[in-house]
Amino acid sequence: MPLRAKVASSVSRTAAALSRAAGRGDGSVIGGWIGLKIDPDLLAHLSAGRAIALISGTNGKTTTTRLTAAAVGVLGRVATNSFGANMPTGHTSALAKAGSTPYAVLEVDEHYLAQVLEATEPHVVALLNLSRDQLDRAKEVAMMAQLWRAALVKHPDVRVVANADDPMVVWAASPPPNHDHRIQPPQVTWFSAGQRWHDDSWVCPECGSTIQRSGAQWWCSGCPLRRPEPQWTVEDDGVVDPTGAWHKVKLQLPGKVNIGNAATALAVAAEFGVRPVDAVLQLGTVASVAGRYAQVERDGRNIRLLLAKNPASWLEAFDMADDAPTLLSINARDPDGLDTSWLFDVDFSPLRGRQVLITGDRAYDLAVRLDVNQVPFQHVRTFDEAVRTALPGRLEVIANYTAFQDIRAELDRVN
Amino acid sequence: MSTESLRIVWVYPDLLSTYGDRGNALILAHRARQRRIPVEVLEVRSDERLPATADIYLIGGGEDGPQALGAQRLLADGGLHRAVAQGAVVFGVCAGYQLLGSSFFAKGTQYRGLELLDLSSDRGPTRAVGELAGDIDPRLGLPPLSGFENHGGRTHLGPEVAPLARVTAGIGNDGATEGAWRGKLLGTYSHGPALARNPALADLLLRWAAGVHQLPPLDDTWSDRLRSERRAAVAAARA
Repeated sequence: MPLRAKVASSVSRTAAALSRAAGRGDGSVIGGWIGLKIDPDLLAHLSAGRAIALISGTNGKTTTTRLTAAAVGVLGRVATNSFGANMPTGHTSALAKAGSTPYAVLEVDEHYLAQVLEATEPHVVALLNLSRDQLDRAKEVAMMAQLWRAALVKHPDVRVVANADDPMVVWAASPPPNHDHRIQPPQVTWFSAGQRWHDDSWVCPECGSTIQRSGAQWWCSGCPLRRPEPQWTVEDDGVVDPTGAWHKVKLQLPGKVNIGNAATALAVAAEFGVRPVDAVLQLGTVASVAGRYAQVERDGRNIRLLLAKNPASWLEAFDMADDAPTLLSINARDPDGLDTSWLFDVDFSPLRGRQVLITGDRAYDLAVRLDVNQVPFQHVRTFDEAVRTALPGRLEVIANYTAFQDIRAELDRVN
Repeated sequence: MSTESLRIVWVYPDLLSTYGDRGNALILAHRARQRRIPVEVLEVRSDERLPATADIYLIGGGEDGPQALGAQRLLADGGLHRAVAQGAVVFGVCAGYQLLGSSFFAKGTQYRGLELLDLSSDRGPTRAVGELAGDIDPRLGLPPLSGFENHGGRTHLGPEVAPLARVTAGIGNDGATEGAWRGKLLGTYSHGPALARNPALADLLLRWAAGVHQLPPLDDTWSDRLRSERRAAVAAARA
């Protein structure tokens, strides 16, 4: 590593430690920010010599990154940005902090994939899904897919692990029709992890025709784009690998969606030569991910934290949650997106019949939504009031990003 | 009403449903049912024929490509024009509002609109993102408009339409006026589930469709709280 990069890396680690010691945060961003100021190529320097996997998509990337890091851990030490700091500053911090490791598994914000591909020259990129998320400032879905496609075509040596169930992902992972045929397009391994949310992929991104669906299959009615045959699939509570062998997956994380995330993790780890039979036990060691799925006992309630940031992830959260009293908390601060329109893209009817409590900066937006959805609810001012109001036993907490962080802070930053 | 039940058509949810646009159909249906008005919601996708005999047509927001495609298919289909000729109510939001006019811009190209409202849209210097509020045309007898906007367009009204509101916060059409209406056709930049924050506007559409001057009042406690909370937030942002 050049001297400048060494200095930058060391300063970055110190700043991160200071930030943590000062109680200002996880230190997962500030260190990288300072390091990159000293050496703009620091991320590239820190990446050199490591076999890297990038994990990107709208939903599930923090959990999938955590599971993948556990699976790749079979081979040796793995650097990872496990706090969800998923922009280049976070990657820089994570790699600097980990020191020299043979492997790295990095969660990447979907907007930064092109830039991070360039800087880290990864061995493999996993593309999970693309759906609407914080549209007041984020790129709309088709534009995002276009950016991914343009980035991948420039990196033909990267191996791609992509979701066969998401037409936008399949399109992004396929070379454009006019690509330079002298360059071999990236090799894609397809997985099927199921997809509950279809409302961002009714229109073919290639030709504008309607996407047809039947069971798991989908195809464009106007051009050859269709669901590729996946090599990795979910079957019951296990994963089928490309040889057809079924591996039982015993997770501490709830829901079918996490079996899907496990399938993705096994597929990515396999690109490094990890055998699923070895990796699958490691997946069971993951109990929570940056507070997600964490369980805390308080006042006779067993509180479980679930993060849901956008319509697709709310559907997944309802799938994971038990039939128990449920607290919903909604904010609309900068990291959440300022627009609450998406609440009407979520069907809250699975909560009917449960005790539902609501709170957060934008509880009234949620109140109007639940009223129209005919889900009875009670508005509470604080998290404490919610805990006191909830019937004893399990309390499921489903919150969007900053609301989740607020509640996590109330619970002493539980991990 | 055309039949014994109120028929609401949600136009092309496969193309024009980017920001919780489903909400407007859900809210209208909910408010009708609470008054014991039988209601039927039809979701008509862009590869299907648009029925011309429904009472209310909802056209939502969308990205540039789907907006252009939606306009093209509505022109080819002709169902919406027949419905309007028969007195149907049309509520257009954001992209769905723009395409009711004579022309709009998408992906840098000018497209022909449905020419149902005397207005045209082009691109503004900035993207309008944030709270949108305004005083609604007094002839409609509604409380102030409250909404959220997210669009790059600017809309110029012709003499045949009236602005829906005078802007008090946000941009709307051009920073001065917001939305437009004529007869039983109404459009707004208040995007997505615009009726969630404007239950009186929802009731106006229902009254137009049912041909009545009044509907029994409903308990709007939560919408009222939401409206005053948003009003306070807009005032605080300005202070």
